[in-house]
Amino acid sequence: MAQKKGQRGATSVAADDSEVVARIPLQAVLLADSFNLKFRPITLERPKVLLPLVNVPMIEYTLAWLDSVGVEEVFVFCCSHSQQVKDYLKESEWMKPSSRFSITTVESHDAISAGDALRVIYEKSVIRGDFVLISGDTISNMNLTQALQEHKERRKKDPLAVMTMIIKHSKPSNLTHQTRLGTDELLMAIDPQTKELMFYEDKVNPSIISIDKELLANNTWVYLHNNKQDCYIDICSPEVLSLFMDNFDYQHLRRHFVKGLLVDDMKDHLIDSLTSSDVRYKLHKICAFYIELGLLAVLIQSHLALPVFMYMIMGYKIFTHEIHSSYAARIDNFRSYGTISKDILQRWAYPLVPNFQYFGISSKVKLDRQGVYSAPDVVQSRSARIGATTLIGSGTTIGNHTGISNSVVGRGCTIGNNVCIDGCYIWDNVIIEDGCRLNHAIVCDGVHLSAGVVLEPGVILSFKVEVGRLITIPAYSKVSLRPQPSVQDSDEELEYADASSAVIESPCTFYTHDLFNCFSAIVACISITSMVSNRNAESSPDYSAHEVGISGVGYIWSTNEGEHEEEWRHSIAPIPEAKLIELSHAYLEEPDVAYLDVNDFLVSGEVKPDSESIGFDDGDGGDYGDSADFDKEVEATFHRALTGVNQETVILEINSLRLSCNKSHADCAGALFFSMMELGLEAPRSSNNWLLVIKLDMFGSDNDNHGVDCELYQNIAKEINKWKDLLKHYLKSVDEEASIYVVSFRFYEPYIYQLEMCICYIQFAIEVILKFEEICLETATELAPLFSIILSYLYEKDILSEDAILSWASEKEGADESDKIFVKQSESFITILHMKLIGPQNWLKEASEEEDEDNGDE
Amino acid sequence: MTRMDFEVVVLAGGASSNLSPLVSQELPKALLPVANRPVLSYVLELLEGSNLKDLIVVVEGEDAAQLVGGWISGAYADRLHVEVAAVPEGVGTAGALRSISSYLTANDVLIVSGDLVTDVPPGAIAATHRRHGAVVTTLLCSSPVSGPSDSGTSGGKEKAKKPVRHNIIGLDPTRQYLLHMATGAEVEKDIRLQKRILQAVGQMEIRADLMDAHLYAFKRTVLQDILDQKDKFQSIRQDILPYLIRTQLSSEVSGNGLVSSESGSNKSAVQDELRWLSQHREIAPSTFQDSQPLSLKSQRDDQRSHKCCVYIANESKYCARLNSIQAFSDINRDVIGEASHLSGYSFSAQNNIIHPSAELGSKTTVGPQCMLAEGSKLGDKCSVKRSVIGRHCRIGSNVKIVNSVVMNHVTIDDGCSIQGSVICSNVQLQERVVLKDCQVICHFFSVLYNLPTSWYGRKKCL
Repeated sequence: MAQKKGQRGATSVAADDSEVVARIPLQAVLLADSFNLKFRPITLERPKVLLPLVNVPMIEYTLAWLDSVGVEEVFVFCCSHSQQVKDYLKESEWMKPSSRFSITTVESHDAISAGDALRVIYEKSVIRGDFVLISGDTISNMNLTQALQEHKERRKKDPLAVMTMIIKHSKPSNLTHQTRLGTDELLMAIDPQTKELMFYEDKVNPSIISIDKELLANNTWVYLHNNKQDCYIDICSPEVLSLFMDNFDYQHLRRHFVKGLLVDDMKDHLIDSLTSSDVRYKLHKICAFYIELGLLAVLIQSHLALPVFMYMIMGYKIFTHEIHSSYAARIDNFRSYGTISKDILQRWAYPLVPNFQYFGISSKVKLDRQGVYSAPDVVQSRSARIGATTLIGSGTTIGNHTGISNSVVGRGCTIGNNVCIDGCYIWDNVIIEDGCRLNHAIVCDGVHLSAGVVLEPGVILSFKVEVGRLITIPAYSKVSLRPQPSVQDSDEELEYADASSAVIESPCTFYTHDLFNCFSAIVACISITSMVSNRNAESSPDYSAHEVGISGVGYIWSTNEGEHEEEWRHSIAPIPEAKLIELSHAYLEEPDVAYLDVNDFLVSGEVKPDSESIGFDDGDGGDYGDSADFDKEVEATFHRALTGVNQETVILEINSLRLSCNKSHADCAGALFFSMMELGLEAPRSSNNWLLVIKLDMFGSDNDNHGVDCELYQNIAKEINKWKDLLKHYLKSVDEEASIYVVSFRFYEPYIYQLEMCICYIQFAIEVILKFEEICLETATELAPLFSIILSYLYEKDILSEDAILSWASEKEGADESDKIFVKQSESFITILHMKLIGPQNWLKEASEEEDEDNGDE
Repeated sequence: MTRMDFEVVVLAGGASSNLSPLVSQELPKALLPVANRPVLSYVLELLEGSNLKDLIVVVEGEDAAQLVGGWISGAYADRLHVEVAAVPEGVGTAGALRSISSYLTANDVLIVSGDLVTDVPPGAIAATHRRHGAVVTTLLCSSPVSGPSDSGTSGGKEKAKKPVRHNIIGLDPTRQYLLHMATGAEVEKDIRLQKRILQAVGQMEIRADLMDAHLYAFKRTVLQDILDQKDKFQSIRQDILPYLIRTQLSSEVSGNGLVSSESGSNKSAVQDELRWLSQHREIAPSTFQDSQPLSLKSQRDDQRSHKCCVYIANESKYCARLNSIQAFSDINRDVIGEASHLSGYSFSAQNNIIHPSAELGSKTTVGPQCMLAEGSKLGDKCSVKRSVIGRHCRIGSNVKIVNSVVMNHVTIDDGCSIQGSVICSNVQLQERVVLKDCQVICHFFSVLYNLPTSWYGRKKCL
């Protein structure tokens, strides 16, 4: 009790503190739905949060924790079996006036994911401040005060810090690559100073981890963790809800939301590097203001739209808070159910322990030595042996020579003689007749096991299943009164089809009721009396039709061969030793595989110096194909424009392409230019081509254009003239809006902004010229002699500025000889430009100097 | 003092292309002057200080080897036992080692790049290497804050926005083991890690602010095996080291018994600490959770791993490599500036070194962090700041030299202004030349007026 008081004291202090800051009571959103199928078939009949964990429904633990950390308002979101949850809560202590916080249930039947749930909560607009997001199957005893404090302080400094995730040390096994909670290993990158989460990946490539280089763009120091466990307790700001609202495709809390934010966050570093947080903060406020006023349309109209929108999804940050000595874990699958049950029995989650009067349901159990808990009214034979870490619920009777160890037995169970139970979770009112052997199984309420039944490790018996005499249920079987749903059925309840749950359930084949046919295979359970079957008939009418003579009260759910392989991962049973040995062999063999990978790694590493010397900027070969695709798409769009689509539509289409392919405006301009050239090239071939060889005196004698396909030039000039607006749009106007680099300067420093724009423009224009070069070299060699003329044409038409051309020329200066043909070709043109730009006197001076050097060389 | 049983190989390079036009056939990289003494002397003295006196200096190219050998035998005849070996040009660091590897006999080999200027004692790396029984131990130091002359003057702005990244390095939480290293072009790419290694340690520290200083201690047998077996390997930094890091959990090197047979019984005594790190560290161990039979663990603990260790130099230590022109200027500046203890000279009260035989004209000022070698003459009203001036230079009046290196026998006429530049031996600059971030190497330079600022960093080679 003293402990409890202490905790209250601490949290009330925290509450006071938060009141000073915000005067908003601490709220919590509790998701009373796991949105996955891992607990099937049990969850077909009862929601997961109401399943007993050490004889107390899981939600009780979560609510107790929320109560202990000073939460004042809880919104329980229920979806599947919502009535059951509501009924339960209505009866519970929490709803009584004596309760320290208020519970509101929010119900929705069409939510299929946590994302949907949060969207529903958002629509109710009940969340006013920071809130705790937790699912109803989380067990913790951590003190949230510090994490809350950190979160609030961060928020004050940086309003973009929207979420604090609680993490905990947990090293996944080297062999199975999963934690002791049966969850897959998790890869996180965390900034050691700020604790900012930089990277989150739960599906890790088996041998090589690849991390975006942007991760280190602004940090020189990052911790990469493979030994942390996500506790699924989050402190969120109200923005989180609106983010879910804005990104209606966010479903999964981690896979979509967290990763989505982090990926956007990468881009944000660009902004970060250019602007102070103060400016960003103001920009943020402006956005919020506009949106509040419903001025979205105005925003879109004004050219603020793009940066503002980009800004809105970007820049949010997620932080982590690591707990060390306290307990926090989420029941994700059967293995974690087993592990957490044992942790509770072993008092790791103190004060959430069986003999503590913490819950609404008081289970008056007494702790004996060796961690044996038993209710006072247990009727136990003198010869029964209760082994270590076991809990026996009230009203249970245990027969002679029965051994129970490492197990939890519920209330009102009847266990016969010579029964052997190890590592099992037996819920309420279960009847186990003589001579049964149960090994690492979950046995739900009302199950009846006849004499001599053997449950092999990993068996799940759902509610009211009955098993006939001397039957052996094979390992990892799941038996339920409900037939296994077909795929369609499962979709209905499957809130969000997530890949890992599919491991267990996905290709569900509907088990025909025709037990005769599959009798031998499934060893269906045999009902003992027709009376029993009649009783069951009420609950499942389908079933009674097949009651003639045989005797199954329950279906064994099928699993595929392939699934069976993975069954051990999430099962309640410990990983069999044979499996471990197999894995360790695989682990030892693995080097070969890894070495192969390494070899290809090596190649890439060794080739690099060469590829570098080539010096082309197509980056790594990886996205080359990508950009080719992009070019094609743009070309197609452009061709559509030829057929009469209005130019603005084209711009819109290309913009969307750009966003989806993650390209820059420069790429667009390049691709557009490419298509124009193609167009110009196609034309002369269709007409009778008469060649006129002209000597272009204007462009000097030093270049090697012996003759020029004049018509080709005219065609191209025509095309360029026709589409120059489009091209210019990409080179000039849009860039202003799009260049996120300069977004915030817009408001404050128009001059810097102008300057930056200029630089941006030049970059883009250079991109176009480079593209042009590429075209001349690779795709359309006939254009090569025309290069300088077209370049000058582009200049005349004000598509390219002199700055751009000059900086292109100077960029090329250091390049290989082969690379410089075009620079040479247009040398005289460049000289003219140069003259224009710096004035003739200066130019002369420089030229003479150049000459000097040339002489020196000789 | 007991013998350390380390052999030392100094890779002195040849006429490195990075450093052209500073280096040439006449002046190999190893002999480039840093504060008026060859850069190689810094390494040699460092080794001497750690009592490592048997050295093999490997030089690329016969001519260069003769030059270097001649200099060493002159300067260190009675102090060090040095063998100079010439290797063909362009064989790479691994190739250079391969050609001398048959001469190596000691248990461990210390390999030092000849262009290293540091005060980190090599003995510390050797000790770390021995303590861990590592296959390779690398010296890491913090990346130098590069960029031209961060201390004042313009010019630095566009370049020095971000510190240059030399390496991306993955360390274990105790910072003893090297788990990942990206060099060269890989630094700019996405980080690719081997998952097994991360799994083994659980937590990896990824640092971009450390630099591989090219001082390695190798286990000799392992090094020789790799050189023999992987004849494609060209470079220590790009091939051998990454190879060892990658294979540290699936070592073939020690797996084939070569190492264990060599090093005898002490191999088994060296506990494989990486494995130790990888043991389950469960916060809430259950008696139930004995799912991992111990036998399995020990089974995995076979000798299939080797260790790649690091020695991270203290931040206060100086560590730089002369591998670019920028580095050349930086190191020259630092050695007479912040890392002045390296230069081996004693500084005057004005924190500069002016050789007694140097002559200064009237109203000429030589600022702190400057060096003026013997026989140099400065005219009137000159100003020298943070620069090194070599022997027997003749400098006229009204000359301004800032942040520059002027080598020997240079003549600079009146009114010149030199900023952030390197002027090689025997150059003659005529009146009122203005240089900014230039390197001038040959013999004659004509009269020039203000160079436009866009001519930054142009190399002038007349």
